Amino acid sequence: MSSAREEILGRIRSTQTGSAATVSVAPAPVTEPMETEAMLDLFVENMRDYRAIVREVSVDDIAAAVDAVLAEHGCHTVVVPPDLPPEVAPTSIETTVDDDLSATALDDIAAVVTTSSVGIAVTGTIVLDHCAGQARRALSLVPDVHICVVHADQVVTSVPEAITRLRASVEAGRPLTWISGPSATSDIELNRVEGVHGPRNLEVILVR
Amino acid sequence: MSAPLAKTTPTFVGMPKFPAMAKDALANTQQRRNLLHATHTIRAKRASVVEEVPQWEALRLNGADVKDEVLANLDSYLLQFEEKLTERGATVHWARDAEEANRIVLDLVRAEGVDEVVKVKSMATQEIELNEALEAAGIHAWETDLAELIIQLGHDRPSHILVPAIHRGRAEIRQIFRQEMGKVGRPAPEDMTDAPRELAEAARLHLREKFLRAKVAISGANFAIADTGTLVVLESEGNGRMCLTLPETLISVVGIEKVLPTWEDLGTFMQLLPRSSTGERMNPYTTMWTGPAEGDGPQNVHVVLIDNGRTRVLADEVGRQTLRCIRCSACLNVCPVYERVGGHAYGSVYPGPIGAVLTPQLRGTSSAIDQSLPYASSLCGACFEVCPVRIDIPRLLVKLRTQVVDEHRGHNSVESRTMQAAAWMFADSRRLAKAQKASTLGGKLLGRRTALGALPWPASSWSSARDVPVPPKETFRQWWDRTGGGQA
Repeated sequence: MSSAREEILGRIRSTQTGSAATVSVAPAPVTEPMETEAMLDLFVENMRDYRAIVREVSVDDIAAAVDAVLAEHGCHTVVVPPDLPPEVAPTSIETTVDDDLSATALDDIAAVVTTSSVGIAVTGTIVLDHCAGQARRALSLVPDVHICVVHADQVVTSVPEAITRLRASVEAGRPLTWISGPSATSDIELNRVEGVHGPRNLEVILVR
Repeated sequence: MSAPLAKTTPTFVGMPKFPAMAKDALANTQQRRNLLHATHTIRAKRASVVEEVPQWEALRLNGADVKDEVLANLDSYLLQFEEKLTERGATVHWARDAEEANRIVLDLVRAEGVDEVVKVKSMATQEIELNEALEAAGIHAWETDLAELIIQLGHDRPSHILVPAIHRGRAEIRQIFRQEMGKVGRPAPEDMTDAPRELAEAARLHLREKFLRAKVAISGANFAIADTGTLVVLESEGNGRMCLTLPETLISVVGIEKVLPTWEDLGTFMQLLPRSSTGERMNPYTTMWTGPAEGDGPQNVHVVLIDNGRTRVLADEVGRQTLRCIRCSACLNVCPVYERVGGHAYGSVYPGPIGAVLTPQLRGTSSAIDQSLPYASSLCGACFEVCPVRIDIPRLLVKLRTQVVDEHRGHNSVESRTMQAAAWMFADSRRLAKAQKASTLGGKLLGRRTALGALPWPASSWSSARDVPVPPKETFRQWWDRTGGGQA
C-alpha cells in the first residue's frame, strides 16, 4: 500500500489537465500610499475605533507616557524584554526583566511594555515580529495591560505594504502577532465584550 | 484513480432530510429571533467595511484566481509547503481521511504523555470529529473559543461557522455555565448574572487555568503559505494566541486546499477574510508562525495535511471552485433560508449555502440529508454576491440537483409518475381545460381559505415542506369567456 502522501499527491495529479495548470491570475489591486500626516491620523482613528487607547508623544516623552499609563491602571508590576530600548523603559515602578518566566509567573504581572514592528493605517493594526524590544509572544499576551510603542516611520498605509515589509521577518523564521485593538468577543447574542483571554487593555504610544 | 468520498461522521449518520430538520428548526422561536438579529447585524457590518474598499471587486478577482491557480497546481504547492516547513524544523503528516488524521493526532498527543489538550476553534477538526476521537481514547479536548466552549459544555452542535453558539440566548448560556463548568474545572462564579461581560469573565477564569498548564495545543489554520512554510490563524479573543504560544507541542490540522502560493498573496486574503467574516477592518488577533521559533512558543510543531474528500471535489472541474472557500460565513448571513432555519438543519459542520454545496461534494449524495441539501436554497444568488472568492454557489447547487436527479433516473417515483401525468395533460388543450375546470370546483368548496395544509399521500411528499395554494374559483379562460376579456 502506498503512503498517504503518495496517494494524495497521486489523486491530485490525476485531476490535472494541461489547460487547468495555466490559470492566469488577475493582479492584486494596489492601494496608493497616503501622505504621512493623513496616514498617521487614520492609523490613530482606526485604532481608537477598535478601542485601543492611543497617546501621541514626541521621542523625549516616551518613558513619561509609559509611566502615566501604568499609574492610570494602578499597575504595581510590569515586565519588559531584556532588550527593550532604555528610552522606552518605565521609570516609576520597579520592572521585571523577562528571564524565561513561566506563564504562571507572567499571570501575576499586571503590565508589559514592548515596541513593535509595523503599523497599518487602514486597519488600525500593529504587527509584532518579536525581535528586539518586542519580547517573546507570551509577554504581550498574559499580562492584562499591553503598552506598545510604535514609531511613526513604522506605519504604512495598507495591508499589502505591511506584508512586503514583513517578508524578511518571516524568512528569518520569526513568528508574527497582528493586534487590532484589545481582545474581544461577540459570541453572546452578538454583544461585543472587550477582553476575554488576551490583554484587556491595549495602550499604544505613537511617537510622531 | 478515483478518490474516495469523506465518510459521514457518527454525529450525522442517519440524519433526516433537510425539510424535516427545517420544520423543527422553524418552530424554535428563540433560535429564529437570535438568527434574525445575528445575520442582519453581521450583514450590515460587512457591507459597511466592504464599502470602504474601493478595489473590493479587484480583490475578489485576485483572491478567486489565486485559489484557482493553487488548485490547478496543488501537488507542487503542497510539496513546496512541506519542504519549507521541514527546513524550519516542523514535522508534516499526511492523512487520506478523518480516521487517519485522528489516529495521527492521537499518536502525537499520546507521545507527550498527557490526558488533555487545549484547542483553537477549527472547522477541519470539527469535520473529522477529532474531539470525539480524543475523548474516546481518554483525552480531554478543551475548546477555548467562547462560543465553542458554550457548545461543548452544553453538549450541543455548532449552528454557524463564525458564531457557532448564536442559537443560544444569554440566559441559556448562564444556565450551561452554572451547571457544567464545575464538572470539568473551575466553576462559574456564584453571583454570575447573564450579562455578556460576566459570562465572558467566567470563561476567562475557567479557561485560564487550562491555558497555563496545557502541554499540547491543537489548531487548524486559515492559510498555509507555500513559499515560506507559514501557518496563519485569525481570531478575536486571544484564546488562539494562548494555544499557539504557551504549550510545548502544537499540532495543526490543515485541509490541503488551504495553501497559498506566496507570502505576498496573503496581502489579498488578509483584506478579504476579516471584512467578509466578522465585518471588521481587521480581527483583533492574528498569529503567523513558520515552524518552531527559537525561545518563543511551542518547540514541537506538527502539521497534519488532510484530504478527506477534497481530491474528490478537485476532480470536478466546475465543482472544484468550492475549494476556494476561506470559511468566512458571509454566505450564511445573507441567505434567506439559513436566516430562518439556522445551522443544525444542514446535517453537517458546514451549514448555509456553502454547506449545501460542500457537504454533498465531500460526502456524496447517497444519504437522505445529502440528497436534500442542494434543494435547501431559493437560488436567489445573494451568496455569490458576497463571496470573497466568487464561488458560484447557485450554479453549483443546480449542478448538484442534476446529479441527484440523474442518480434516481429510471426509478418509478411518485414524482416521475406525476410529471408523466402532467405531460400527458399539458399535451392537449382540451385535457388541460377539463383539468382546470375540475380544480376550480375544489377552490369553490374551500371558500375563503388561501392555503391548504398537508395533503394526503402521495402528494404529502410535496406538501410536507410547502404551503399549497387553494385552487382558483375560476380559471383565466373561464374569466375571459365570462367577461369577454374584461370588456363586459
